[in-house]
Amino acid sequence: MKALGHVFKYGDNVDTDVIIPARYLNSFDAQELASHAMVDIDPDFVKKVQPGDLIVANKNFGCGSSREHAPLCLKTAGVSCVIAETFARIFYRNAINIGLPIIECPEAARGIEAGDEVEVDFDSGKIYNRTKGTEFQGQPFPEFMQKLIAAGGLVKYTNSKK
Amino acid sequence: MGMTMTQKILAAHAGLESVEAGQLIEAKLDVVMANDITGPMALPILKQMSDTVFDKDKVVFVPDHFTPNKDIKSAENSKAIREFAKEQGLKWYFEQGKSGVEHAILPEAGVVAAGECIIGADSHTCTYGALGAFSTGVGTTDIATGMATGELWFKVPSAIKFVLTGKPGPYVSGKDVIIHIIGKIGVDGALYKSMEFTGDGIANLSMDDRFTMANMAIEAGAKNGIFPVDEKTEAYLKEHTTKEYKVYEADADAQYDEVVEINLAEVRPTVAFPHLPGNAKTIDEIEAMEPIKIDQVVIGSCTNGRMEDMRKAAAILKGHTVHPDVRVMVVPATQKIYKQCIKEGLLDIFVDAGCAVNTPSCGPCMGGHMGVMAAGEKCVSTTNRNFVGRMGHVDSLIYLASPEVAAASAIAGCIANPEKVGDR
Ligand code: SF4
Repeated sequence: MKALGHVFKYGDNVDTDVIIPARYLNSFDAQELASHAMVDIDPDFVKKVQPGDLIVANKNFGCGSSREHAPLCLKTAGVSCVIAETFARIFYRNAINIGLPIIECPEAARGIEAGDEVEVDFDSGKIYNRTKGTEFQGQPFPEFMQKLIAAGGLVKYTNSKK
Repeated sequence: MGMTMTQKILAAHAGLESVEAGQLIEAKLDVVMANDITGPMALPILKQMSDTVFDKDKVVFVPDHFTPNKDIKSAENSKAIREFAKEQGLKWYFEQGKSGVEHAILPEAGVVAAGECIIGADSHTCTYGALGAFSTGVGTTDIATGMATGELWFKVPSAIKFVLTGKPGPYVSGKDVIIHIIGKIGVDGALYKSMEFTGDGIANLSMDDRFTMANMAIEAGAKNGIFPVDEKTEAYLKEHTTKEYKVYEADADAQYDEVVEINLAEVRPTVAFPHLPGNAKTIDEIEAMEPIKIDQVVIGSCTNGRMEDMRKAAAILKGHTVHPDVRVMVVPATQKIYKQCIKEGLLDIFVDAGCAVNTPSCGPCMGGHMGVMAAGEKCVSTTNRNFVGRMGHVDSLIYLASPEVAAASAIAGCIANPEKVGDR
């Protein structure tokens, strides 16, 4: 599995309140949520994002509330992968559970700029910056999480155990 | 190798002799909770796995975020969990009028107890660590799985040990201590880890102080915050729950990533400036700055809407009036606390001072409804998050503080020192 697209770049501590503000949480319709993705940090995001695009950020991406609406709205908006130095733990779980690929890689977070065209190979964890011609090695998932992802998320994994 | 308190609880719930940091385990759950935002979203996911919940005494719903419902969509959401709770015959469903903020009502109603393994689809589920439980926030798919199966996967966390000594000063409470700690270690200072509080200073912290501190463990990125069980905890549990509980202690040779020592006597009233809970400044630093004029004060939430918080705020406000440029909202966290405020005459004090007193709920905490702020407005709030846009417009500002600082600021019209409110 691969991701390929252009990069939206953000800094430290991007919290779930800016990814999808609480005023929109009266809905859990994925399309509707996606139409407000990132609105409080980057009002142009929804207008500009193309299917396959990536988000690259620094430390503690997705901190704050437990709302699964956050990874869901990004995935539905077309984001194919989020690369960050580190992720907040609930966002990390939620992303895996709903099938939004995420990769921890401090070097890539530093070596990729907004607008760069980036390719990610999820099997190997390799991140290739096509614009700059540089390559990074991301953290591969532990085996248990690979099982979860291979099963197609937590619900399918749970059902497969029955 | 020795285990931390958290690791011991996780090992016991995974049916393992011992666990170590980084290990992936599947643990049995004692309480699985969702609210009116995460619950409705979980129901269709739950249905994909099971028609019924794994145990109708262990699955809990609390409508608190958008209740009393703010619009048709939120009313539909509340209706969905209300009907589900009825259909499944759940023991714990807290309807408006008998309810309050989830993290205040669960301990108060005796739903959670020491030694348990608890998940909630709300990040501040870490609050119950104050009772000596392992308790953590998860998302919707996790909660649906927990409700269907009574189990969930966890990565065993490592821990930072906080050794608390000394006694906090008269206007210093759990809120000041936890903001001080987050200021010290940063908003990702405990990422993926447990924050284990120990030391003889804990005896000087009330249960309400401990709830406030455990509540904000997530603001340092932690998986959970946890306190040892002492006499105060046992007294609290005896008063509130009929559940059997279990007391776990960290091994003497438990491994910690870091040990942080905090002398409570040295902690000053501390405020977190926008836009991060770790942006801590002491009241002395603030007094040396130009006065920060404010428009709104919020006293309430799962962090500081408990009885002691109400009493502390009222003690400051008594005999004073709110500054003419400031709007104040007091939100007792549960119906029981609301009633107790009436009994003790605190509502009179709040209303006489010019505060609006709201019905127990999350209220303005996350800018969903009630107390939403306009561009450029500033709020001193006893809640736990001051992110961009958390309480309304992206250009509004939130300063997180204790109930006493919030009350003093309400009177002064700017962020103020409760030590100097003057003769009453
Ligand atoms: S009071 Fe605020 S932080 Fe607490 S549960 Fe409600 S919205 Fe979340």
